[in-house]
Amino acid sequence: MIVTPQKARFTEPLRLTGGAVLPEFEIAYETYGELNAARSNAVLVCHALNASHHVAGTYADAPDNLGWWDNMVGPGKPLDTNRFFVVGNNYIGSCFGSTGPTSPNPATGKPWGADFPVVTVEDWVAAQARLADHLGIERFAAVMGGSLGAMQALQWTLSYPGRVRHAIVIAATPRLSAQNIAFNEVARQAIMTDPDFHGGHYYEKGVVPVRGLRIARMIGHITYLSDDAMMEKFGRVLRRVTPGFDFDVDFEIESYLRHQGDKFSSYFDANTYLRITKALDYYDPAADFGGDLSKAFARAQADFLVVSFTSDWRFSSARSRDIVRALLDNRRILSYLEIDAPQGHDAFLLDDPRYFAALRAYFGNIAL
Amino acid sequence: MTEAETIARWISPGARVLDLGCGDGKLLKHLWQTRQAPGYGVEIDDVKVIACIHNDVNVLQMDLEDGLAAFADQSFDYVILSETLQAIHHQEPLLKEMLRVGREAIVSFPNFGYWRARIQIAFAGHMPVSKELPYQWYETPNVHLCTLFDFEALCTKLGLRILERVVLTNGNATSFLPNLLGRLAVYRVSA
Repeated sequence: MIVTPQKARFTEPLRLTGGAVLPEFEIAYETYGELNAARSNAVLVCHALNASHHVAGTYADAPDNLGWWDNMVGPGKPLDTNRFFVVGNNYIGSCFGSTGPTSPNPATGKPWGADFPVVTVEDWVAAQARLADHLGIERFAAVMGGSLGAMQALQWTLSYPGRVRHAIVIAATPRLSAQNIAFNEVARQAIMTDPDFHGGHYYEKGVVPVRGLRIARMIGHITYLSDDAMMEKFGRVLRRVTPGFDFDVDFEIESYLRHQGDKFSSYFDANTYLRITKALDYYDPAADFGGDLSKAFARAQADFLVVSFTSDWRFSSARSRDIVRALLDNRRILSYLEIDAPQGHDAFLLDDPRYFAALRAYFGNIAL
Repeated sequence: MTEAETIARWISPGARVLDLGCGDGKLLKHLWQTRQAPGYGVEIDDVKVIACIHNDVNVLQMDLEDGLAAFADQSFDYVILSETLQAIHHQEPLLKEMLRVGREAIVSFPNFGYWRARIQIAFAGHMPVSKELPYQWYETPNVHLCTLFDFEALCTKLGLRILERVVLTNGNATSFLPNLLGRLAVYRVSA
């Protein structure tokens, strides 16, 4: 499947949760399949931390650049683009084409950099609603996402209850734990204390806080894998014949983390990383309801599929069960899968046959 | 008369139903189609959970042995435990939980006092294998088999009221010597 990324421009200002106003913005997106005449088959796919609007397929000029959820989305896949019109989008504040810290600030003509406001999950959803308007989609058949993408799917049912028929909420949490926030703060500190960060104004200095980004990514990666998965994949295998008694790479896991850090820091923007982790930290739909998630979901109208993975310690199954409990209290139509998968948080991106069979069945029952 | 028909007769139209150990969701689908009773199933087995999703039945993948903490007090009209009681390790807390969550509980199980089971043990000297109990002793998920008398004694011990009982044998209700001639017992109980 060859796809072409597109951009939609919005000139109506967007008032953000934090009080700032984006005077104008762009959203990068891709679509797969055809919108039917009734406009009833659209599915919005929301991405997590480091992914983008490139959900599925490849580009004509980059045949190796496969979408991040290509195993899930495409012709004959669980989310079948022969039946559904799927929209991938890059949320605002990201660094893959939608307006974010690397975009020009219309007031100065220079990149926003540190001046780009902190955005929230609610802001992303509000911007996505503009994209839906632009595409002529009044109501999504489903909004779907994993991890941070799942927060967007949840928020769609709260911000626009009438505009989403099904929410598919995978490896989710209704709010971060203190431990989750702690990991995010260590990542942010790694970036902000990098001498090349320059308070977020590193673009004009012609440098990138590579060291901070590397460490931030290494920390993130540890939380995406389960202890068992990491042991299974890397064990205590050495990269050299005998331990070096120095601080070069001894163990495979060190090599892996360094590689992931290097790769990430070569394409990801540090200001974006700070903002996305803040958006994660702030997300808490129950906050306005005295911490009562059931009250928060009283306005939801969608049907829900909630999926968690037993070895996910970043957003554990217990957090998905909190969501389930809140939805049950509101008598929503709901199914919940707790998949006994060993890979940890990353399991949501892998093609476990049970997970995929369940999603295939669920999408199959969505009436168009 | 089938078990599903028996249960459907007890369920008032539009009642809220929770089916514990719901399998592929056929009973819930039947209750929705015949009584317009919306419900949720609880099931732990991956294949059955996926079958429920195929059947467009609300299903929650949870372990009944962990209790029913996901469900609020008195949030259902009926909590059903269909042919699952015998596979549970801790009957007493589960029965109490069912009546915390539901106004009434409906419990069915294969009667271990059925005469064929008795004969297999008493005369053939083997653990019974039958339509209701299709497993060899070394592979059975059934850990706590019981008879009608046993279950009724447990209800008395827990202070549960038996509101109705139907005992089925090959599709017929059995009122004569049910603990000997009944294959499947279906009870409706309240706190």
